[in-house]
Amino acid sequence: MSLSSALRAPAIEIAGLTKRYGDTLAVDHLDLEVHRGETLALLGPNGAGKTTTVECCEGYRVPDAGSVRVLGLDPRRDARRLRPRVGLMLQEGGVYPLARPREMLHLFARFHADPADPDALLARVGLADARRTRFRDLSGGQKQRLSLALALVGRPEVVFLDEPTAGLDPAARRMTWGHIRELQDDGVTVVLTTHLLDEAEELSDRVAIVDRGRLIALGTPDELTHADRDEVEFSARPGLDTADLAVALGVGVVELRPGRYVVHGPNEPTLVARLATWLERHDVRLGELQAGKRSLERVFLGLTDDSADDALVTGHGTAGEDTGGRQRSGAVPRGEVGA
Amino acid sequence: MTRMTGTAVTQDRATPLGRAIVAQAAMEVRLLFRSPESLLVTLGVPIGLLVFFSVVDVLPTGDQRAVEFLVPGVLAISVAATGLVAVAIQTAFERKYGVLKRLGGTPLPRWGFLAAKGLAVAATLAAQALLIVVIALGVLDWRPAGGAVLVPVAVVVGAVTCTAIGLLIAGVLRAEATLAVVNALFLVLLVISGVTFDPSALPEALASVGRLLPVGALADVLRVAVAGEGVAVGSFALLSGWGLGATALAARTFRWEP
Repeated sequence: MSLSSALRAPAIEIAGLTKRYGDTLAVDHLDLEVHRGETLALLGPNGAGKTTTVECCEGYRVPDAGSVRVLGLDPRRDARRLRPRVGLMLQEGGVYPLARPREMLHLFARFHADPADPDALLARVGLADARRTRFRDLSGGQKQRLSLALALVGRPEVVFLDEPTAGLDPAARRMTWGHIRELQDDGVTVVLTTHLLDEAEELSDRVAIVDRGRLIALGTPDELTHADRDEVEFSARPGLDTADLAVALGVGVVELRPGRYVVHGPNEPTLVARLATWLERHDVRLGELQAGKRSLERVFLGLTDDSADDALVTGHGTAGEDTGGRQRSGAVPRGEVGA
Repeated sequence: MTRMTGTAVTQDRATPLGRAIVAQAAMEVRLLFRSPESLLVTLGVPIGLLVFFSVVDVLPTGDQRAVEFLVPGVLAISVAATGLVAVAIQTAFERKYGVLKRLGGTPLPRWGFLAAKGLAVAATLAAQALLIVVIALGVLDWRPAGGAVLVPVAVVVGAVTCTAIGLLIAGVLRAEATLAVVNALFLVLLVISGVTFDPSALPEALASVGRLLPVGALADVLRVAVAGEGVAVGSFALLSGWGLGATALAARTFRWEP
């Protein structure tokens, strides 16, 4: 590759990426490009192949087929050249239990020729007061923020954030989102994985929805949520008699997940009036009513479900991304999606 | 954080390898001293053995004074404590906690990480050996007849051997299993490898097993050296053989991910 084409190369190029663990196909012929300075969210349920995809980019996994290029380089063969330019945040902490945030950041800073100022970075992620607390004594949120700081201390051009807000309370999540926006302002390419729809919608320039190892949708949040005219979405208590409602409305109704319904009919005043009448007759309080723009959740559930039955499956995701059998059974942990 | 933009970001960046390795080694030494369990094994046990049994002469040490027998043995035990026990336990838990994986994602290369580990062992061991020799010479009236060159050489070879065995165990077993195996092994080495007392007091079969183990071989090399009797060629060859075997095996079996 010539110098000029290297300069113009996308930040990340994934072509035909395939990775299997035993009988499980974790990633299945995935193609994806991430532009320089772009933030891309890999969105999908647990076991969708998000972590495997990211770990192929990070050089932790060798693809069974296909190719991965980060900054025009091979993550494994060119690791020596790539590592100084990439920052990463793994799902596991990866920090010595007895180490303190300040010394960890200083240690990682010593791995780079021109690092960020560790103490300033520590203050920026709100860990100045905890700088001498042993890692094992930090709260979950503090551990996540240290992990983020460790990803940034080398002034990376590309950062991979694997579930950066997992286990954080809403305030801590907003804080982390703020840090990610600062990265975007600095022109850093960000790839983040999440199973939180609002996180993907809030932070990313483009969303790549993956399920069972396949890329099933790719676009800006606006593109993905741009609605068909003939669809109205509403929320109410779960378990409504959708068959009866469908008769009343004269169009199809599906309960996407408990309490979330899609009416497959034109967004016209008469339809809305009939819906209101039916709700009144059954004494059902309306939660949300949405038309003209689909929620990302609707997009997501509509894309990842093979049948209406599937949409009703709830359950709690376990750790063990990419290793569980969920992706085969289709029993996706709906409870976490759109939380 | 200020950032570079435009074309500047696409250039290769050099990694300050020397600085990175020294920083990583310093971190490992700090963590060793921060853990009371590790300190007890690496410093407490060897020095406690040396002082106690030099003062209280109850061990069968042949026709030598206890301290003459103990110093080389305690040096060998220190090598095993720092190189084998501490390295194995520390590394096994580093893998369990994902530290090895995380470090693998930094510019510090794997060989740099292993070099840092070796450097940390060397620094710790140098401090230990110095402490032991100073206590022996100054307090316990130890009078070695030789070994000024051979002892450091043997300690280095022994340290490489023990570190390789430590990494081998840590690379294959779960962290908890490593902890158990290594502590048991340490106890066995302490008892049957003739490091604290003359193995001829043991049943012959047990004594010969002890002599074939790396720590027994190291103790023998050290004892012959400080007695001013030159190189114990057989034991030195045995020790080196253990080192080469363990290194080759560790290189093949070591795992970095949890």
